[in-house]
Amino acid sequence: MTTLLTETGEHTLPDARAEGDHLWLSATDLEAATGWSSRPEGLCRGSVCVPIPAGRERELLRDGRIDVATFWRHLGKPLAHSADGGAWVLGAGAADRAASLRSLEAPDFTLPDRDGRPHSLSAYRGKKVLLVSWASW
Amino acid sequence: MWQGLYEALKDRRFVVIAVALDSREGDPLPWIEAAAPTYPCLIDREHRVADLYHMVNVPQAVWIDERGTIVRPAEAAGAYEGFRRMDRTTREVPADVAKISADARATYLGAIRDWVLHGTASEHAYDAAGARARMPVPTEDEARAHVAFRLGQHLLRHGQAAEGDRWLQEASRLHPDSWAMWRQRAGVTELGLAAQPDFWARVDALGERRYYPPVDIKGMPR
Repeated sequence: MTTLLTETGEHTLPDARAEGDHLWLSATDLEAATGWSSRPEGLCRGSVCVPIPAGRERELLRDGRIDVATFWRHLGKPLAHSADGGAWVLGAGAADRAASLRSLEAPDFTLPDRDGRPHSLSAYRGKKVLLVSWASW
Repeated sequence: MWQGLYEALKDRRFVVIAVALDSREGDPLPWIEAAAPTYPCLIDREHRVADLYHMVNVPQAVWIDERGTIVRPAEAAGAYEGFRRMDRTTREVPADVAKISADARATYLGAIRDWVLHGTASEHAYDAAGARARMPVPTEDEARAHVAFRLGQHLLRHGQAAEGDRWLQEASRLHPDSWAMWRQRAGVTELGLAAQPDFWARVDALGERRYYPPVDIKGMPR
């Protein structure tokens, strides 16, 4: 059983195959967990398509599966996995975060309150928000 | 600290959203129960908001206007460097430091009030150019750190404590400016605060560098 942590949350993927630094996902799992899909133009997300580099097709695509780890490294984005390959994190790149902050659009998020009720920042549109961090440590 | 501000201004289309960068199971519920705030108090076990907004410490605040635009990037939220002159056994601060701290808090609250009442006309709300000029620029190492932190916390939650802790160490190695990552991992005293000798050693190692970088608001201590 493989758990994949991405920008959209935590995904449990029974069909994922972890082999060392490679993580082979079905096209369905790839799209559900990351939003990237395999098209003739390459790997695409929204309006962005990344062509598979010439000669590297077998590295990234095999038997209908995609090695999302190699793809993530190709994009220059950070990732990490547990030693046993059971847990993987695909992170946003510094450029992603920088572009988001430069846009000045407050990134949305959803987090639970003390009763477990989820709150999204976007639900407070129309009010001025003081977003403040604190901690019990 | 925010309850009075929120109660005074909530009818002016204003809300405080407090995010607890607290990874450990059970934290920070007792604190929330005791304070019983009437504004949203959210629990951020993965420090996601810190990642998204480049927060590195607590308390830090971001001001977001009614259109969802950032008008002040992450900055110390009324907190003052004066705690470094605290007596480490009695935990008392000198009277002059206590006064500066209280003034810093009042000044910051006053600036927020001014923004809530006057919106874009407030001198404290940056325009787009001003906000961009002050926006932190995340580095590749910081992006790697957030991945390491998230993996580490996941492993801690799932009984892989030793490996999880190694990833949390790696996170702090990659993002040494993040007190949130470091203090989350650091041991706690019986008081529940990461206020051990390790913490003070790391603070002392700052030298002239600031634990809370100065906030660019008229009247805030430099």
